[in-house]
Amino acid sequence: MKLTRRERHGGALSASGQGTLSPFNELNRIRNEVYRIFEDPFGFASSASTLFEGWTPAMDIYEEKDKITVRAELPGMRKEDIEVTVVGDILTISGERKQEQEKKEGETYRSERYLGRFQRSIALPTEVDPNKVQATYKDGVLSVSLAKSEQAKRKQIEIKTA
Amino acid sequence: MNNVAEQQNQTNQTVRPERQANRGFVAPPANISGTDNEYILEVEMPGVDKSGIEVTVEGNELTIIGRRRTETPAGELYYSEAPQADFRRAFELGPDVDTGKISAQMDQGILKLRLTKSEKSKPRKIQITG
Repeated sequence: MKLTRRERHGGALSASGQGTLSPFNELNRIRNEVYRIFEDPFGFASSASTLFEGWTPAMDIYEEKDKITVRAELPGMRKEDIEVTVVGDILTISGERKQEQEKKEGETYRSERYLGRFQRSIALPTEVDPNKVQATYKDGVLSVSLAKSEQAKRKQIEIKTA
Repeated sequence: MNNVAEQQNQTNQTVRPERQANRGFVAPPANISGTDNEYILEVEMPGVDKSGIEVTVEGNELTIIGRRRTETPAGELYYSEAPQADFRRAFELGPDVDTGKISAQMDQGILKLRLTKSEKSKPRKIQITG
């Protein structure tokens, strides 16, 4: 099961730098991470960061004339535990999935669901207006609606009339 | 011991004829835990609400299907990681599950099933007399 999840994420998860305890291992890993973000052939979407290992929720981006919609699959969370921030054209979604508060029931036989923190930053196709961002959480899917900034819209029109 | 074992989707296909689904299926991750009285199955199916769930028990096989009904946002799908498929997974139930008493609840994309263990399989203390 876990293998399937990783492949779905476009193979963006690299082999994590486990193994030796060389002090430079971590630094190398982080450096390669950063390089990979810029080398990504799509350029716009940052690969799932392996700095927070374990959970990398799947995300989709939809683009329309005036707005961008980003959906992230985050089942079983409370909306208070999800954080959405926009800086320039980078959207960051982070949060923590806590073990349900009810009495810890019995023993666990099989555990495939991820728990704990996650964080993903994604580069949007255009700049957006940070004052016009709306997010809703329904059926375990976080849906973030971002209006394109005036500048981004203007750029589109210029190209059309060229 | 774990008596709620998973069946591969492939095995499922050879057991009975495939229903042609237009989108195909993907297997959702699940957590299985248990107490003396019941097994608890938590299946992650984001984008599925109560109306999209089908839970069926045939003999000792429990099948869970979740269909995504949430509307797709307008616009062009620019980048996609989530599978455009519905969810399906089958489990084989051991003899200690009372298939008549299964309860289900759905919250924020997580389906939680409670499978009651049958009376005779519960641990029973035996009194020593004499």
